[in-house]
Amino acid sequence: MSDALLKIAHLTRYFDVSKPWLNRVLEREEKQFLTAVADVSFEIRRGETFALVGESGSGKSTIAKMVVGLLGASEGLIEFDGHRMTGTAGAEMRDLRRRFQMIFQDPFASLNPRWRVGDIIAEPIHTFGLLKGADVTKRVGELLDTVGLSSKDAEKFPHEFSGGQRQRIAIARALSSKPEFIVCDEPTSALDVSVQAQILNLMKDLQDEMGLTYLFISHDLSVVRHMANRIGVLYLGRLVEVADGKRLFTDPQHPYTRMLLDAVPDLALSGRRRKPVEGEIPNPINPPPGCAFHPRCPLAMPRCKVDAPVPVQTATGHAACFALEKQTA
Amino acid sequence: MTDALLSVRNLRVEFPTRRGILTAIDDVSFDIMPGEVLGVVGESGAGKSLTGAAIIGLLEPPGRIASGEILLKGQRIDNLDAESMRRIRGKRIGMVFQDPLTSLNPLYTVAQQLIETIRTHADISEAEARTRAVALLDRVGIPAAARRIDDYPHHFSGGMRQRVVIALALCAEPELVIADEPTTALDVSVQSQIIDLIKEICAERGAAVMLITHDMGVIAETADRVAVLYAGRLAEIGPVREVITAAEHPYTAGLMGSIPTLTQDNARLVQIPGAMPRLNAIPQGCAFNPRCERAFDRCFRDRPDPIDRGDGRKVACWLYDAAGVAAKEKADV
Amino acid sequence: MNRLARMWDSDIAWSFRHSPVAIVATVVALIIIMGAVLAPWIAPFNPFDSASLNLMDGFTPPGVPNQFTGNTYLMGTDNQGRDIFSTILYGARISLFVGFAAVVFSMVLGIGLGLLAGWRGGWVDSLLMRIADVQLSFPSILIALLIFGLARGFIPPTMREEVAIWVLIVSIGLSDWVQYARVVRGAAMVEKSKEYVQAARVIGMHPTRIVLRHILPNVMGPVLVIATIGLALAIIAEATLSFLGVGVPPTQPSLGTLIRIGQQYLFSGEWWIILFPSIALLLLALSVNLLGDWLRDALNPRLR
Repeated sequence: MSDALLKIAHLTRYFDVSKPWLNRVLEREEKQFLTAVADVSFEIRRGETFALVGESGSGKSTIAKMVVGLLGASEGLIEFDGHRMTGTAGAEMRDLRRRFQMIFQDPFASLNPRWRVGDIIAEPIHTFGLLKGADVTKRVGELLDTVGLSSKDAEKFPHEFSGGQRQRIAIARALSSKPEFIVCDEPTSALDVSVQAQILNLMKDLQDEMGLTYLFISHDLSVVRHMANRIGVLYLGRLVEVADGKRLFTDPQHPYTRMLLDAVPDLALSGRRRKPVEGEIPNPINPPPGCAFHPRCPLAMPRCKVDAPVPVQTATGHAACFALEKQTA
Repeated sequence: MTDALLSVRNLRVEFPTRRGILTAIDDVSFDIMPGEVLGVVGESGAGKSLTGAAIIGLLEPPGRIASGEILLKGQRIDNLDAESMRRIRGKRIGMVFQDPLTSLNPLYTVAQQLIETIRTHADISEAEARTRAVALLDRVGIPAAARRIDDYPHHFSGGMRQRVVIALALCAEPELVIADEPTTALDVSVQSQIIDLIKEICAERGAAVMLITHDMGVIAETADRVAVLYAGRLAEIGPVREVITAAEHPYTAGLMGSIPTLTQDNARLVQIPGAMPRLNAIPQGCAFNPRCERAFDRCFRDRPDPIDRGDGRKVACWLYDAAGVAAKEKADV
Repeated sequence: MNRLARMWDSDIAWSFRHSPVAIVATVVALIIIMGAVLAPWIAPFNPFDSASLNLMDGFTPPGVPNQFTGNTYLMGTDNQGRDIFSTILYGARISLFVGFAAVVFSMVLGIGLGLLAGWRGGWVDSLLMRIADVQLSFPSILIALLIFGLARGFIPPTMREEVAIWVLIVSIGLSDWVQYARVVRGAAMVEKSKEYVQAARVIGMHPTRIVLRHILPNVMGPVLVIATIGLALAIIAEATLSFLGVGVPPTQPSLGTLIRIGQQYLFSGEWWIILFPSIALLLLALSVNLLGDWLRDALNPRLR
């Protein structure tokens, strides 16, 4: 496991969701905290795609933002290629920043509407001072070419492009600082399926050519299955299961993973009868005690309501569930 | 043909803009049979939501029905005045939208909204309407319906709200329910619950459903037939199983191939090059021709009309024009 | 050329071409602005040159020869024999200069503080916005009067005449920054949460650079609208202050000063002294205001 590019240990993030001070005093309320991410640990090996799946409130985007430094961690540790991200500053941090990038969900919000495409793509080049003058223009042209656009597009503005083309521009920008690691936060969920296929294929091609490492965030299990080598399943900010890509789908361990898989519409019309999914995601401000999944879990035992399960080893990863402990014991 | 519940005939919806008239829906025809679930699928901008809006008379100006007819049980409803249309909406056609919050009035309790709708369409006492409303909420799966009926919409979670909307759409026992992306705003695990609910409850009451969505998976699980729209035109229509397993239109085939599934194992997804044209730049001939690998000269010249393929399937593609194919084969030889 | 053609074809230009009100307002505003700018060349007299004034010419009615000197004036003369038409041109020059300068001043101040509040948030935001709230609870003309009065207290009497106009600009500008700050703050908070700003933060771009290069250009739309309407307000504020006698010195009469002089003679029959400057002020303020209204609608996609 020495080839881990990104290492995350006991990562936790609280958000203060209290009412303003005056209201709190008048209404005699305590401060309220929302635990968006609770004690999450995983490693991403060089060259692989690690996916985080989860529904709304699972904390997957919060983790993405902490990894790239848009949000600070409340507790825990993020290590990029052996460098601790918290506490690093100055030139060392600048050098680290060059090596990771992010692709966002909404291609209509991720490009500044007032900038020309060429300037958007060149922004990281200028910020890191990688190239100067005509070399920048040349590099921007190459990047546009790489993502399947034309170097002439550098002169245009974002509104002249469709959603899929904009996402290509965003990818070109992410590539321009020659990063090793890219955090992809739902990169295709705002796109139509036929365009989604183009973008997913492009991202796979780029990974093969440049040896990129991806942290891939998505709510769509089929997309994740297509993209990821390893997958982490999040529920209410807790990592409930980690497994190898295909294994998660053939042999899901955690009851929540199984439930998610059952909820995916069956396009193959195999006629498999889906088990009805029970209940909805609880409010993350007051998550259920013990295992957060127990109110919806078909395997729930009295113990699940009291203690939080610790991850147990599975065939290709780990899962946090007492029912599994019993099996192995 | 006369036994169709809803008949859309050569519908054309236009948006006059300062750069000319944009045709958002161009000569689309289809039928919905009583009790049937018709899926309408397409990418953003294909005109699927507009078709729904045109049927219920809720096109946003300056959009307008330029030509064509919409018939509900043989009676034209596209040229009705606002008041008669309002009576049809709710009573004979129920609606479920993407965002449950916009369909519910935040200032009234669920009970008030349900009872009001029930009583507008049925001449019964308030107490009776309330009993019916509670039964309906119970049916759509709201726990403790008798107590929760007096809550306001914001007291419900997203999935529960959509259940309330479904109850509201069904409370006047409509013959047709138009559901426009009913599950898009919901979480995956809740989505399947809502799909199952719509399917079951409409079957139970004999209501037909027009299910508008971008999600082929939802269509596969729910619909009896599916209509595929592309750039405001009907590309293909037919029974779901046939269309999904053996798509005839190159666009549908590409669309199916581009969806990652839980079973497919090829490393690359099939991709359709390019993107759907903007409404102001629809090419001559078939709208799909710039992206179509099988396009030939005729596709760039003439626009294909839906060709009857038997078994209720229609495909708007010159590849299936028997006369055209014969002519082409002759030319190839 | 290509660029010009593109501009002509843009939505804004189209909306302009199809709005008679906007076209008329622009023509009127342009005529007044041109007249003011070119006043030294097109005005028949220089009303600020006291040497050229003849008191005998005082109170000449418009278009009628003076009973003593026989001179005829298009819009008559005031009490000191100044030609009203020329004075309007020169006065509009001062009104416009003060208006523009005050708008620029309040814009720079408002945008700066608005960006700071919107970007930093937290206590900086709270503090700035509470100051804005307090200022908004007073009529802005009162604020301008207060600042003007305070400033005069600090400035030695010998310098007052020279700096009067700058004091006026600063007072009007300070009384008007709140609007810009509030709008910019709101827009900046929206832009700040957008993903393109996050993308810039991911690569570690300096916050100042993000604010200036990314956020500022995207909040300028609404600012332009307020600035146009603000110009009309600043011109009126200047006129009000001059009317109250605390504005520019009487030797350099602005439109407001002329109206103040005129109202003294309103009841003695010399109606032209107040009428023509009032019409000029009305036309100027109205046309600029209408332009602002049009611009607001044209930039608002929901109203189109």
